[in-house]
Amino acid sequence: MSEPKLRKSPAKFTIPKLTYRSWKVWRRNSDVFMKTITVNFLPSLLEPILYLLAFGFGLGGFIPNINGQPYINFIAPALIAIAMMNGSFFECTFGSFVRMYFQKTFDAIVATPVSVEEVVAGELLWGATRATINASLVLIVVGISGLFTSQPLITSPLVLFIPLISFFGGLMFSSIAMCFTAAAPNIDFFNYPSFLFLTPMFFLCGTFFPLTSLPVGAQAIATSVLPLTHIVNLTREAVTTRVEPILGLSPQQLVPLSFVWVVLVTIFFFILSINLMKKRLTS
Amino acid sequence: MVSRDVLIQAEGLTKKFDDFVAVDHIDFEVHRGECVGFLGPNGAGKTTTVRMMYCFLPLTSGELKVAGLSVNNHCREIKSLVGVAPQEDNLDPDFTVLDNLLVYARYFDIPKDEALRRAKAQLKFFQLEEKSGTPILTLSTGMKRRLIFARALLNEPQILLLDEPTTGLDPQARHLVWDEVRYLKKQQVTIILTTHYMEEAQALCDRILIVDKGKIIEEGSPAELVKKHVGEEVLEVDFDEKLAVILKEALPGAHIERLGDRMQIFTDQPHGVFEGFLKEHKLQNVTIRNANLEDVFLKLTGRGLREE
Repeated sequence: MSEPKLRKSPAKFTIPKLTYRSWKVWRRNSDVFMKTITVNFLPSLLEPILYLLAFGFGLGGFIPNINGQPYINFIAPALIAIAMMNGSFFECTFGSFVRMYFQKTFDAIVATPVSVEEVVAGELLWGATRATINASLVLIVVGISGLFTSQPLITSPLVLFIPLISFFGGLMFSSIAMCFTAAAPNIDFFNYPSFLFLTPMFFLCGTFFPLTSLPVGAQAIATSVLPLTHIVNLTREAVTTRVEPILGLSPQQLVPLSFVWVVLVTIFFFILSINLMKKRLTS
Repeated sequence: MVSRDVLIQAEGLTKKFDDFVAVDHIDFEVHRGECVGFLGPNGAGKTTTVRMMYCFLPLTSGELKVAGLSVNNHCREIKSLVGVAPQEDNLDPDFTVLDNLLVYARYFDIPKDEALRRAKAQLKFFQLEEKSGTPILTLSTGMKRRLIFARALLNEPQILLLDEPTTGLDPQARHLVWDEVRYLKKQQVTIILTTHYMEEAQALCDRILIVDKGKIIEEGSPAELVKKHVGEEVLEVDFDEKLAVILKEALPGAHIERLGDRMQIFTDQPHGVFEGFLKEHKLQNVTIRNANLEDVFLKLTGRGLREE
C-alpha cells in the first residue's frame, strides 16, 4: 500500500466558492426574524426616536446651525448610518455566535449539501439585510419627524439609494463583526469590539458634530480606519447631499472616496471572515 | 443477500488535533446494505471517524471514500447521499418540531410539498405527530433524539451515520429506534453506528469494529467476536484464592479475572464444562451465563475508566 499522502493544511486562505445555497441560510434567519417581527422592530424604532427627541429637538435647540443647517438635520442621516452599523454588527457577533456556539445550528447545516463557506456567507447576507431593515425603519422615522421640523429632514431624491447603501454598508460591518466571532472564545468577548470599536465610531465619525472640529490627526484616523465615517458620508449624500469636508477634502472628493473605501474594505473582510470562520469550524 | 460493493473505504485514515492523534492510520471497508458498529470507550475516535465521513472534519492524512467519492473534494455529493444523526443536540431551537424538519429539508433542495410529506411521515413513525407545533426547548431528551433521527432520514439517504443514537433513551424509545434501523437495513440502507451499548451492537450490527485509542483493535460479527475472545459461557463466583487455584487445575486454559469481590472465569471449552465442574464442587453464589459482547469489549479495552 502506498504511503498515505499528507494533505495541505485546511487553513489555507482561499476565495470562497459560494452558490445559491447561501440564501437558504439567509432564509433560515429571515424565517426566525419574521416569527418575532414585532419584538424585532421595537428597539430599532425606539432608539432613533429617542435620539431625535433628545439630541435633535432637545439639545438641538441650544445649538446654532451647522454650516447653515439646523442641528437635527445634521444628525438625522447619521442616525440612519448608525442603524446600519448596529443592526449588522450585533447580528453577526452575538447573533451568529449564539447560533454557532450555543445552538450548534451551523453544525447541523454543514451536514447537508450546504458548505461552511455558504453558512457564513448566508449569515453575512442576513446581517446586511438586518442593516437594511433597520436603516429603512429609521429612514421612515426621520421622514415623519421631518414634518415637524423647520426644514424637512430628507431633501434629496438620492434617498432612494439608502437601501442599497445600507445593504452593502451592512455587509461590510457584518464581515468585520464575523472576524470577531471567528476569534471569540466566549460571548463576553464581544464587549471588547462593542466598547472599543462601535462606541468610538458612534461618537467620532462625523455623526453628532462635523469631523473638522477634531484635530487633523483624529480626522485622519477616522477617515482611514473607521468604517462608519464613510457610511455617514454616503448616507449624508443620499439624504441631504450636504457632506461635511474632512481633511480639506471637498464633498465631491469625499463621496467617491468613501464609496471606493467601503467596496474595498467589504471585499477584504468578506473573504477574510469566511476564511477565519472556516478555520474555526473545521478544526 | 448483501451485495459486496464497497460503499465506504478508509485507508490509513488519520486525524490529529494539534498533537493528539484521535484516529491513527485505520483501514476499513463498509459494504452496501451492511450495518457496521464502531464500538469503543470514550475518546476512542469513533465520533471523529464518523465526522470525517460527512466532511465535517478534514482528514489529516490517508484516504476516505464514501460512495466511491473522496471526502477531500466531493463533499457536496457525499452529503446529499448521507443522513447524519449526531451525538449532540443540534436541533434548531428557533423553530418548532415540524419546522425543524422543513427548514432542514430546504438545505437539501427538497421541494416544499415533498418535504412536508416526508416530514409528516417521519413524525408519524417516530410518534412525534402531536408535537408538530411544539418548540424544541420543551421536548424531552428522548423526543429530541427521535427528532434528530427523523431529520437524518429526510433526504432518503443511502448511507446513515448514527452517532450514539440511543444514548439517554428509555427502553420504549430505544426499541423504536432499533425497529427503524432494522427497517432501513431491509431497504438496503448502509448504516454506520457508534455506541457504548453492547446490546445495541449485538442486536443491530452485522459487523463490529472495536476501536481504542484511535486504532481498530478487533473486527468481526458479534457472534464471532464473542466466540473468539470469551468462549461460550462465563462462570461468576465469589472471589477466593484457593478456589481460583482449583479452577485453574480443573479447567486448563481457563482465564480468570477478578472484579472486586467476584471473579469471572472464561474458557474456550464448549457449553457444559462449568456444569461439570459444579457437580464436583459445591459453590455458593454462583452464576453461569452466556458470554457476550461486553465481556469481549472489557477484555480488549480493559477496565480502566476513560475520560472524554
